[in-house]
Amino acid sequence: MSMLHIVNKSPFERVAFDSCLAHASAGDAILMIEDAVVGAVDGSSFAGKVKAAMADKSVYVLGADLAARGLEGKAMEGVTIVDYAGFVDLTANNDSTQSWL
Amino acid sequence: MKYTILVNEGPYQHQSADTALQFTRAALEKGHEIFRVFFYHDGVNNGTRLTVPPADDRLIQKAWTELAEKHGLDLVICIAAAQRRGIMDADEAKRQGLDANNIAPGFRISGLGQLVEGGIQSDRLVVFGD
Amino acid sequence: MSTKNFLFVNRKAPYGTIYALESLEVVLISAAFEQNVSLAFIDDGVYQITKGQNSKGIGMKNFSPTYRALGDYDITKLYVSSESLAERGLTVDDLMELTYEDADDDYAEKPSIILANREEMAAMMAEQEVILSF
Repeated sequence: MSMLHIVNKSPFERVAFDSCLAHASAGDAILMIEDAVVGAVDGSSFAGKVKAAMADKSVYVLGADLAARGLEGKAMEGVTIVDYAGFVDLTANNDSTQSWL
Repeated sequence: MKYTILVNEGPYQHQSADTALQFTRAALEKGHEIFRVFFYHDGVNNGTRLTVPPADDRLIQKAWTELAEKHGLDLVICIAAAQRRGIMDADEAKRQGLDANNIAPGFRISGLGQLVEGGIQSDRLVVFGD
Repeated sequence: MSTKNFLFVNRKAPYGTIYALESLEVVLISAAFEQNVSLAFIDDGVYQITKGQNSKGIGMKNFSPTYRALGDYDITKLYVSSESLAERGLTVDDLMELTYEDADDDYAEKPSIILANREEMAAMMAEQEVILSF
């Protein structure tokens, strides 16, 4: 059983992303969408937490949201960039989804 | 796979309505079935036909209506949330003694049980909100 | 209709926004569908079930007594994040006493609140099939 965690809040404004990381289990997937994509940027003060999560979870970011915010090409290594079709695949390939609103 | 989509925010105020639309389109393109799209909280505002965004902006309500017409989507607005926020169909407006209704084509108003049923009947429930 | 594991995740404080109230409305409806329902109170969600709420001064209805009724609807698993309580300077004594009568145990009154740390909360979440957050 694996879960897709969808997070849409900037970790610099809300605690949702931190909470998501604290409650995701090994083997789960984490997808950053909307304002949460800023968490994918390499070199930020939050990047270490995302890198730590990658040890036993897969981490994805919605490319369209990165591009919209002028952050294309700034995602850290190891984060997989997906489009909306890839977002759908993530929901289908994991057993359940949880949105960290 | 069979999906139910929950939309918790209104259009324009928050990106979640846009993301839900993009997700729903992508799921349909991949051949998945959308069992229901349920609109709750301010999400009920997706279903008013009286929105007039600037000419160069996207038409979120119309996009839902067109998607519903093309794919036979079941777009359900929560009645309790709708009554709080003034989203009315003709029957409900009459029942409440109101002088107008504003529901957009392709949407219907029903109870919260429709959301719970969506969760039971679908393989996946995906929530979009703030 | 089949029975699924439903989890309602509450992470927002009451009154400031309507999410907590409208979430509770879905929880009550879900009881009619005889699903296996759990609730989680994490982050500011723990403020939803503090005792002594008095909303008279803000002109809004105090809906916290509704949580007391959940036991009567067979909604008996309310997981509360122990870290979230501690971070906010709260203990379980600051929460309402939420209980249910156990039909399998001669209707003995039992607590509905289950204190869970992050690992326990994550393990509970992993068991869920439908997760609703508002």
